[in-house]
Formats: sequence, structure tokens, C-alpha cells
Amino acid sequence: MSNRTQPKSAAAAAHASFWASNLRDYGLLVSLLLIMGFFEVMTGGVLLDPVNVTNLILQNSYIVIMALGMLLVIVGGNIDLSVGSIVGFVGAVAASLMVYQKVPYPIVIPLALILGGLIGAGQGLFVAYGKIPSFIVTLAGMLIFRGLTGNMLLGQFVGPFAKGFQAISAGFILDFSDFGLFRAGDGQDQFFWTSMLIGIIGAAALIFTSTRRWQRDRARAMETEPFVLFAAKNAIFAVIILGFCYLLANNKGLPNVLITMGVLVLLYTFVTTRTTIGRRVYAMGGNRLAAQLSGVRTERLTFFTFVNMGVLAGLAGLIVAARLNSATPSAGNSFELDVIAACFIGGVSASGGVGKVIGVVIGAFFMGVMNNGMSILGIGIFWQQVVKGVVLLAAVSVDVYQRNKG
Amino acid sequence: MNAILEMRGISKNFSGVRALRDVNLTIREGEIHAICGENGAGKSTLMKVLSGVYPHGSYDGKIIYQGEERRFSRIADSEHQGIIIIHQELALVPLLSIAENIFLGNETGRFGVIDWAEAHRRTRDLLATVGLHEPSSALITNLGIGKQQLVEIAKALAKKVKLLILDEPTASLNETDSDALLRLLLTFKEQGITSIIISHKLNEITRVADQITILRDGATVETIDCAREAISEDRIIRAMVGRDMTDRYPRRDVAIGAELFAVRNWRVEHPLHAGREVIKGVDLHVRAGEVVGIAGLMGAGRTEFAMSVFGRAYGRNVTGEVAMNGKTIDVSTIQKAIAAGLAYVTEDRKSLGLVLTEDIKNNVTLANLPGIARNGVIDSHRESQVARRFVDMLRIRTPGIHQKTVNLSGGNQQKVVLSKWLFAEPQVLILDEPTRGIDVGAKYEIYAIVNDLAAQGKGIIVISSEMAELLGICDRIYVMNEGRFVGEMPAAEASQEKIMATIMKQYGVVA
Repeated sequence: MSNRTQPKSAAAAAHASFWASNLRDYGLLVSLLLIMGFFEVMTGGVLLDPVNVTNLILQNSYIVIMALGMLLVIVGGNIDLSVGSIVGFVGAVAASLMVYQKVPYPIVIPLALILGGLIGAGQGLFVAYGKIPSFIVTLAGMLIFRGLTGNMLLGQFVGPFAKGFQAISAGFILDFSDFGLFRAGDGQDQFFWTSMLIGIIGAAALIFTSTRRWQRDRARAMETEPFVLFAAKNAIFAVIILGFCYLLANNKGLPNVLITMGVLVLLYTFVTTRTTIGRRVYAMGGNRLAAQLSGVRTERLTFFTFVNMGVLAGLAGLIVAARLNSATPSAGNSFELDVIAACFIGGVSASGGVGKVIGVVIGAFFMGVMNNGMSILGIGIFWQQVVKGVVLLAAVSVDVYQRNKG
Repeated sequence: MNAILEMRGISKNFSGVRALRDVNLTIREGEIHAICGENGAGKSTLMKVLSGVYPHGSYDGKIIYQGEERRFSRIADSEHQGIIIIHQELALVPLLSIAENIFLGNETGRFGVIDWAEAHRRTRDLLATVGLHEPSSALITNLGIGKQQLVEIAKALAKKVKLLILDEPTASLNETDSDALLRLLLTFKEQGITSIIISHKLNEITRVADQITILRDGATVETIDCAREAISEDRIIRAMVGRDMTDRYPRRDVAIGAELFAVRNWRVEHPLHAGREVIKGVDLHVRAGEVVGIAGLMGAGRTEFAMSVFGRAYGRNVTGEVAMNGKTIDVSTIQKAIAAGLAYVTEDRKSLGLVLTEDIKNNVTLANLPGIARNGVIDSHRESQVARRFVDMLRIRTPGIHQKTVNLSGGNQQKVVLSKWLFAEPQVLILDEPTRGIDVGAKYEIYAIVNDLAAQGKGIIVISSEMAELLGICDRIYVMNEGRFVGEMPAAEASQEKIMATIMKQYGVVA
């Protein structure tokens, strides 16, 4: 009798612990859907209008991209306040090279990424090896690079850029219609089939790989999430992917920057969950001394997280410049706050060691949808700040409460 | 003489572990009362009960102070009654002045505005009383440890102390400073201030104490009245350590091989104070299959020694040689030490051993991630297998390998830390206080693991403050004191009295 009940209660306990550790992810996803539903209704359908969805992605892609780097920085137990200024600075340098020095953009792009990496490396040196608190180092970096940006541009907008460079942000993927296939008739709106096809393939790939993994884990008697949850989660993700692609296909197709973002999201999910380097960053943030005593080179790892952040901030700088078709002295202003807020709303722990890529992406879109929705509703910029502040505080409070309870 | 304090039938549990069992303590007004006992005997716990660190209700028994039953719910309550405790780790703010420290939380003046003139005047008086010749504006950080101790006492006097409790007051003092402190206690006695002194230095106790209460395993063994009988240190030691030890340690068949690991002439300086040697030329060797213990009092330098050997995780200007299987090895970084086959299980598993935000699986594999990864990509299936193997092998009680380590009990946490190091497949393990704060059953299991490892031909070094534990599981014991190995004996010939006597000899006393 007791032999029979034993495994069952153990399984129940495992399920319970699974629920407890994943509740936040589901809760976050549900909150995002709720807030999207709320603004969709309040804006009378404007939020999910294909044109607006395209805008939403263009406006938030660089926040998501930087949030991936910020995730590693914060999980590792640090913070980077300088990313907004790096965006401005790298954009200004790239623009000056292209416009004044006439350097072709295929050369400028890698140079800009390297520049971002070097800036990150410089700050990383002070933090990792100089043992100066990252808050101070990057606060200094924020001032320095904002100042340098201003000095370089002298209040001017530097632009415009070549079409090819603009396509980093403003471009859309090639469609069958570009080759004369599936062309819409006169007076009809073009439907971009390649984009829809990519969405269908993406959703299918998601379901296929996750199902295979789930079955394999189950076969190996590893702890898996309950089937209902697993199915529901994948169904929701598939619907979101298909829905977004459908909406985008109705406008101009998938923006290039969405592809860049998607690839990076997948890459960083892999790095954080499957690689030794990712594991070590989490261990370092969770308990630096214990990680050190387990043979983790914490200095090198901290340095790496800052270099990585710098490269991604450099990429974001290019995207922002391409989107505005000019470099401006104020480009990237206060982006660091949006990026950091996205991380904290997404469940990253301020004390380090805890946080997931998916959470950060959802957190970034949470902020993005609120920005966008409130703008459509005509809510003043100052009230928007108040609301975002309240949401940030509420999200983190719920998080801390849950953690203390569990 | 009247009793100023009576503690009657004090018992205290920590999640099932009995720290104090029915302890009785009577302190007479105006005496110096010494409390002796091994580490973990319950001395500090008893004093925390008395001072209200453990509030009324969290323990059983009665405290009668100045004729009334007292129910302190916080330290401020007991301080208000004139009971002041001075802890081993001094609680002074380094960058504030003597006067600021003395009146911290007890500031002179009105309406929150400090009367500095008054504070400095009173500080000067207090410093004169304790015999400290320093300006009242001197910063604590610029004072030596002995003088800081005097500041602590002056601070107690400022609070109108009636019962002064000193926890290991001379542990970190040199002889001159210790002498001065003890004379001060005798002066206080003349002034009618009662003192309780907790100390390992038995020669000092026999010099100043009027009564000595001995604790062992959380219970009172006896109270000796020094006026009635002549006290020898031998007598105290016997009372401190005498206990039966049947079956608390698993048996093992000892098969000791060739020399596996050796440290020669190891010297380490303090990480902050350049030039101050903490480890002063230590030589150690371990044979394959041998369990070697390092005994010593707190502050003897055992942990510092172990951590400095393990990739210089402690100290600076580390010199000396380390050899494995007769070949000199490079242990200059933790990575190299691990690669050379060393493992160090820390004394403090929560802050140094585990990543509490992570689950069992991730903690077990942390020190050997390449062991479950290919080209830097983790094979999660293999990782789970490894984690499950150790959970089964060490009998870690948990619903699963995804349990966060913060939710485990102390014994199970310790097993996770052990698993981590076993997975790193070391040849030599240094276990620092491997059973601190875990219950008797889990202790037995840890000992059994140690035996298994020795049977596999690994070399084990155990640091423990519980001498009985060292005697129970070791083959050979080094005795360490003040940064040196002052004795070495086969466990079969060792006894707690002998170890204690070896340590005490260093203080110029023949037991």
C-alpha cells in the first residue's frame, strides 16, 4: 500500500515544484496577453493593426537585443547603465564614417560592432579586474559616451545613409511578389507569402522540436512538465508566431530586424540554458565565492559579459541610426532604463543569478506594448512614465513576494 | 554572597537538534565566573539566551536576575538591565572614533542632537578607567585589537554594566594585552561588577575565576568553586571532554598506501596585513587511503591553511611546495588546484559551498562542467544522470534533482557539496568542518562517505573543531595552534586530553 502511494506522491511533489519554478513564466506570458487584449480593446483594434504591429517590432527590437546582453550582465551580478550612450556613440561614429569619410557600409557595420565590443571591454576591465562597482563604472561610461556623442555631432543630424544600410532596420525580407509571384491584383492589398510561410515553418519547428525533446525526456524518466501545460504553452506560442506573421504579412512582410532579433533570441536561449559558459554566469551571479571556489574564473566571465553587452549595444546603435536614417545627439537617450526595466519585469533578479531569455523578451514587449498602446490612446508622455514606473514596481514586488513565500 | 543571576533548566533546540539540555547556572554577585567547554558545547548559545538574542519563548527554563524572573525579548532589554555581552568578533564601527563608538545607539544629548563635548568628556573618563591611553577622537581602525577590546569594555561601562559577559576576550590578544585585560577584570570585581568569562585559555581562567562552570554537549557537567579546591587545568580538561563514544563513528578497514600528497614549509601572510604571517611553516603529508585530521582551536589557522593550499583562495605571499604522488604540482590558482586533483569542501556551505539559487543538479556539476559537456555545450541528459547518481549514492533526501538547494536541510546541503567535489574526481579531499550544524544521523552518513573515499585510495584531510570527531574518523592527527603544527600523533594514541594539553603547552602551561 505504502509502496504504491510513494511514487505517486513523489511525482506530485515533482509536479508541484515544477509549477512553483515555472509559475512566473506562465504568469508573465498571460499578463502580456492580457495587456495586449486590454489595449486592443481600448484602442479599438489599432494595436494589432498590421501597420502598428510592424511599428511595434521596429520600435522594440533594439530594446530586446540589448536586454539579451543586459540579462547576462545582471545575472552575473552587475549592471550596465551606459548602453543608451553607447547606442548614441556607435551610431554617431558609424554615421560620420559613412557620411563624411564615405566608408562603405559593409565595412562600417563590423567596425561599429567592434567599437561597441571595445567600449564594453574597457568598462569590463574596470569592473572585473579593477573591482570597481559596475554601477559607478557604467555611470561614468554613460556620461562619457553621451558627451563624446554630442561633441562629435555638434548638435547636427548626420545622414542620410545608403539604402542598403537603412535596410538593417527599415527593410523587409524578400517576398515571392518581388519575383512576380503571388502578386495581388490592382486595388488589392499585397499579402506577403514568404513571411507567412516562415511563420508556419517556425511554428511547426517549435512544436516539432519541443515535442521531440519532451518525449525524449519522458522516455529517459527525466522530470518533464505536465502534458496539459506543455501542450498549452506550445499552442500559445505557435498561435502567437502565426498570428504575428499573419499580421505582418498583411503589411510589408517580416522586417529584417525581426529576423536579426529572432536569431539572437534563439542564440542566447541556447547560450544561457545549454552551454557551460551560460551555466557559469548564473553560478557566479548566484554566489560569486562559491563559484570561485568551484573553479569558475569569475573575473574573466564578468569581463566577457561586458564585452558582449558592448557588441549588442553597438548593434542596437546601428539599428537605431538606420531606423532614423541619421545619427542624432540624443539617440539612445534613456534606453538603458527601458532595457533594465525589461529585464526586471521579465523576472531577472537584481541580486544576480536568476533570469531567463524568454522572460526578458516578454518583459521588453510588455514595456513596448504599454508604450505603444498608451501613445495610441493619446496618454501624455509624463503619465506614461508614471504608469510604467508603477508596473515595474508591481511586477518586481509580486516576484519578490513569490520568492519569499516559496 | 547573593546570586545576581540564576539560569534554571535552560533548554534550547535548533530544528530538532538539542543545543542546550537543562542547563543550570548560578552567578554570585561580584564574582568572576568562568564557563568552559569544547567548541559546540553550548557556551555561546547559553549566553545568547541570557542576553535576549534568542528571545523569551524560544527556549525552556527560567532566568532570574537580581531576584526577579526576566523575559528578555531582545538585546536592548537585557542591556537595559545592565547585562552587557562582548562578542568574540568585536562589534565596533572601524571608521568612527572611539567616542562615537562608545555612545553609538546610546548617544548623549537631547532631541537627537548629540552633545559632543559631553560625549568626549565621558569617553576620556571611561578610557582612564579601562587604562587606554588614546584620544577619544582616535579612529577604531587605527587601534590594535587589544585596544579595541578595551574600547568594547569602555562601551559596556558607559551602559552602566552590572553583569559583564566576555566571549573569548583574549583569543586574539597577545600576552601583555591579555594580562592587562585580566587585571582589569579583577579591578572591576573590587568595584562590584560581576563578570562571566568564556575562554579556552585555562591558565587564565585558573588565575582569575572564582567559580568555573563546565558545559559538555549542551549540558552542565559541574560547577567548581575555586575557593574550596585547588584547580588544575587537567581537572578542567577531563571534565570538558569526558564522554562516551560508542558507535558514533562507522568502522572501517584501514588500508594505507604510499604517500599521496604533501605540503612542505607552507607560509602564508594575512591578505590585508602584509608581513603578518598567518601560517608559519607548515609541513603535512597524507598517504593514499589515509584520513588525516587537523585539530585546533578557533583561529588556529586551519581554514586559512586549507584555503591557501587550494589555489591560494586565502592570503598573500604564499610560499612553500605542494606535491602529489611525489611530483611538485602547481596550485597557484583554484583551476590548477582542481586540475591537479585537489578538492576543498568549505567550512561555510551556505556562503562558500553552494549556489543557493540553483538546483541540486546545477550545483553537483559546477566544479566539473567539462565532465558533462562537449565543446562547451551541456548534455542535459548526462547531467541529470550524474545528479541522480549522486542523489542515490549519498542518499540526499529530496523530491528530485531540480529542487533548489536553498530548500534542503543542512545535512542534505552538505551532501550536495560533497557530491560536487566527488564528481570532480579529486585524489585528495580537504573537508573543513564537514559536519558542522548537522544532526547526528547525517553526521554518521558523512563519516561513512569519508570511509568509502579512503577505501578507494583517496587521501582525506579533515579539519574539525570537534575533537571527538577527529578521534573517531582519523588515522593520524595534526594539532595546529597559532599558524603552526605543534603536534602530530596517530589517532590510536591520541585522546582529547592529549590534544588539549598539546595546545595548552603553547601557552606556557603544563597540564
